[in-house]
Amino acid sequence: MSKVWRYGDHIDTDVIIPARYLNIADFKELAEHAMEDAKENLEINFAANVQPGDYIVAGKNFGCGSSREHAPVVLKVKGIKCIVADSFARIFYRNAINIGLPVLEIGADVEKIEPGDEIDVDVNNGEIKILNKNITIKTKPLPEFIQHIADCGGLINYIKGENK
Amino acid sequence: MGMTMTQKILAKHAHRDSVSAGDLLVSQVDLVLANDITGPPAINEFEKIGKPVFDKNKIALVPDHFSPCKDIKSATMCKRMRDFARKHEIKNYFEVGQMGIEHALLPDKGLVAPGEIVIGADSHTCTYGALNALSTGMGQTDIGCAMASGTSWFKVPQAIKVNLTGKLPKYVKGKDIILTIIGMIGVDGARYQSLEFTGEGVSELSMADRLTICNMAIEAGGKNGIFPVDEKTIEFLKERGVTREWEAVNADEDAEYARVLDIKLDELVPVVAYPHLPENTHPAKEGHAIKIDQVVIGSCTNGRLEDLEQAAEILKGHKVCDHVRMIIIPATQQIYQEAMHRGYIDTFIDAGAAVSTPTCGPCLGGYMGILAAGERAVSTTNRNFRGRMGHVDSEVYLASPYTAAASAITGYITSPEEVVK
Repeated sequence: MSKVWRYGDHIDTDVIIPARYLNIADFKELAEHAMEDAKENLEINFAANVQPGDYIVAGKNFGCGSSREHAPVVLKVKGIKCIVADSFARIFYRNAINIGLPVLEIGADVEKIEPGDEIDVDVNNGEIKILNKNITIKTKPLPEFIQHIADCGGLINYIKGENK
Repeated sequence: MGMTMTQKILAKHAHRDSVSAGDLLVSQVDLVLANDITGPPAINEFEKIGKPVFDKNKIALVPDHFSPCKDIKSATMCKRMRDFARKHEIKNYFEVGQMGIEHALLPDKGLVAPGEIVIGADSHTCTYGALNALSTGMGQTDIGCAMASGTSWFKVPQAIKVNLTGKLPKYVKGKDIILTIIGMIGVDGARYQSLEFTGEGVSELSMADRLTICNMAIEAGGKNGIFPVDEKTIEFLKERGVTREWEAVNADEDAEYARVLDIKLDELVPVVAYPHLPENTHPAKEGHAIKIDQVVIGSCTNGRLEDLEQAAEILKGHKVCDHVRMIIIPATQQIYQEAMHRGYIDTFIDAGAAVSTPTCGPCLGGYMGILAAGERAVSTTNRNFRGRMGHVDSEVYLASPYTAAASAITGYITSPEEVVK
């Protein structure tokens, strides 16, 4: 069963992947430090326990701070299926789209999703179902241009497609 | 409908007569930047595309974060970037010895001019708005793609107009202005927006102040910060040998803003941002209960000559408190040398401070001043997130060079006027 990893507001990129590990070029090795500096990590140990297909659900301004793409990359490497947040910091959002990691911005509705909830996310239709509460949250679809990058699996594939 | 400064620059580079907030467009860029952390993965992405670099003169590669290399892993990454720069004959690759902290170095090398677009794989790329350029941070995939195409995609931002009026008090600097603004609007207060600075108060600000202010636009979530051109800008460009043609960009009279912030410079005081967000600002004079272990003066935010001048002004004839380690890092070699000529370095060493070659090192918890659990630093850097300068249980307090130097003398958070004889 997919687990929801629930975080608060302003989760910054130094928390998602601390800079002290950015000398590690291998993303798999780097991903073992994902979310390491989150204040709840001593109890939950994200990197050791996250399973492919899990979700991250967070508050406002997720991914604020550094432009390091290592942040969305380590979450993708760990198999996070989608990040749902009240809002995202601009560079993180852009980086996630560019590497093909789905992100959904849903505003204050994010409060409806609590730790332990079971959710199912339909990224293409912008629909989040909270299965155990029988709640469906709908969001605006991505702009066509950005959806196209996402559909290509990221910016590199998109550009390669354009060059053909 | 009128356009903001940022919107006008985007329109011109996208070859359009006008743009509106929310438009998505592909635009040409004038300079593409990466550093030793983001450069190697950007190069990996670039190589997947299989095209040559779009212009070897319009790419800047600066090994500054973990350089001079702190360990074998960072040396390997720097080598990757160096080899790439040689292979593609990248003109603006700056080796150790010439390199400085990228956002201090590029303006000083004359690589940025008004109306230009600079994108960089570093969030503090927004610094160059001080020169009336549109500059913003992106990730390594964007930068890898731009190194091949010379273009990038942009969402046209709305803007917050920051209207500056009045005179700046003696010990209040650019850092205090931007920290005060972030304290007012929050770390996501300008999310996806430009901070456009205007008003008669602009002329009060030195170029160093403006660079510091734009540098931290990202800490309010902003896409960019930008100032109009005035005589100080023109003088700055002239001194740095910018001879290519450029055009000053002004906002239209009827430009639309998401909101207007009025900042009365006379009313500002030295402030400090407490852990763990840059929005947690407090007047520096209220910080006497906070005992500190380290002071760092440097970084892309506050490592310029003026910053060192202010630190020297405070430290002259004083000693660093015996329970404080003080680390001062000039942002570029040129700044280092000029600080030496002017006697600032002597003042620092006489006071008991350590002075280092340019590096981003401690700002992001890389090296050259890492904190242990329970330790506190006052720092002129830009972020005070959990674990930013070391252990997750350490604390960073953000301040101006004046306030940081004053705090180094007393050993607790101190407003600069309190230590002036």
